[in-house]
Amino acid sequence: MCISLLSLTGCTTVKEYQKSRINDAEMELSARKSEKFEQNFYLYREGAAGANGGKSGGGCGCN
Amino acid sequence: MKKICISVGVLLSLFRAGYGQSTTQPAYEKRKLKVEEINLVSSYYQQDGNNSAVTGGIGTEKLTDFAQSFDLVLKTTDQRNRQHTIAFDFNIDHYTSASSDNIDPLTVSSASRSDTHIYPSLSWSVHNDNNRTTKGLAFSYSTEYDYKSYGFNLNFAKASADNNREVSLKAGAFFDTWKAILPPELRPDGYGSGAHGDRDPIDYKPRNSYNLSVSLSQVINKRMQLLFTVEPSFQQGLLSTPFHRIYFQDGGETVEKLPGTRLKLPVSFRLHYFMGDRVVVRTFYRYYIDDWGMQAHTANLEVPVKLTSFISVSPFYRFSHQTAVRYFAPYEQHKQTEKYYTSDYDISGFNSQFVGIGFRTAPPGGLFGIGHWQSVELRFGHYTRTTGMVANSVTLLAKIK
Repeated sequence: MCISLLSLTGCTTVKEYQKSRINDAEMELSARKSEKFEQNFYLYREGAAGANGGKSGGGCGCN
Repeated sequence: MKKICISVGVLLSLFRAGYGQSTTQPAYEKRKLKVEEINLVSSYYQQDGNNSAVTGGIGTEKLTDFAQSFDLVLKTTDQRNRQHTIAFDFNIDHYTSASSDNIDPLTVSSASRSDTHIYPSLSWSVHNDNNRTTKGLAFSYSTEYDYKSYGFNLNFAKASADNNREVSLKAGAFFDTWKAILPPELRPDGYGSGAHGDRDPIDYKPRNSYNLSVSLSQVINKRMQLLFTVEPSFQQGLLSTPFHRIYFQDGGETVEKLPGTRLKLPVSFRLHYFMGDRVVVRTFYRYYIDDWGMQAHTANLEVPVKLTSFISVSPFYRFSHQTAVRYFAPYEQHKQTEKYYTSDYDISGFNSQFVGIGFRTAPPGGLFGIGHWQSVELRFGHYTRTTGMVANSVTLLAKIK
């Protein structure tokens, strides 16, 4: 669905001075700092891990 | 909650004092390392359920965890105008676990009834504006009663000429060691308990993990950007937990046994959209597959709403579905003839949901009029699993800049 949406939208060149919204703290393309320990408990309580900015295996006695 | 507030308050006061000194530095020292950001995170987590792997898939999963994190980011610019970033991250968790207490229920206080997990990391990266590259490395360490880990990471990123696209590569390795604590009824003669003061020998087993991450980020337009990530990882060594019990159909008992290697392949897609002037839509989806037979889908939606220029509310919802690994069976369902077996419900098939809300305030003049105290965020979440496990978490984040 997302890929279809993007193909419809297309990419446009955005100048630095046009990035006020892109540079907003809420738009950062990573998990929030306050999600740090939530990501830790997912590692222990679920089997799937990785590709979310957290650990993908190793470093703890988790799954 | 009271503990969280007090501890964060004390830490903030200490760093406020540190800042007071740094503001007196003369201007000509601008190339020296400067504090860019400090994040203090406190979290309380509690869970309960009735499928503990320690007791073979039945029994209490009650656990509480109190976690603190201190994250310091320093920056400087060298003579070639490259930006250097040094980040130090110190984390400490203290947990009490009723299920771990059942590793050795005959002792008054067994080895892992409560434990402290300490995991610092140190990273350094260099960003060069001329060729739009960032290179970095990181070292991490983790220690708890029965587990030690050393981690190494390298990363490289290159942005496009218009800075609207970036490709990044990360490679990491963890070299871990398990202290193989066994349930007392399954210890060979002369095998130690792992408890303090017990001089009988105990085995130490390695677990090594190797990760590679490839990401592509793209600005789509003035309001939308995305991130695509593939992060294969390979693990080898002792991948089972030595004190997880297995009860067979015929009444026999042993400890969990899983293959010595595991290959994981998660692929994720993150899309963020700024809607109007006040609402941000943060979406995340991950597909996961591994060679133990597990597949998983995870979706996350968070919608921060800026109520005023310095107060925002962020409701969030996360759904995850995973299939069981092929070696899983519940209590007394395994057969002695099987090669591998586990009754750990964390790698069983289930759906989970995590729902909650965050509140963030970042007053223009700083919190309580103190300029460096940039923002505070409070976040609550309620987690449920179709296995019956329920958990709650509360997190407090203070950012100092």
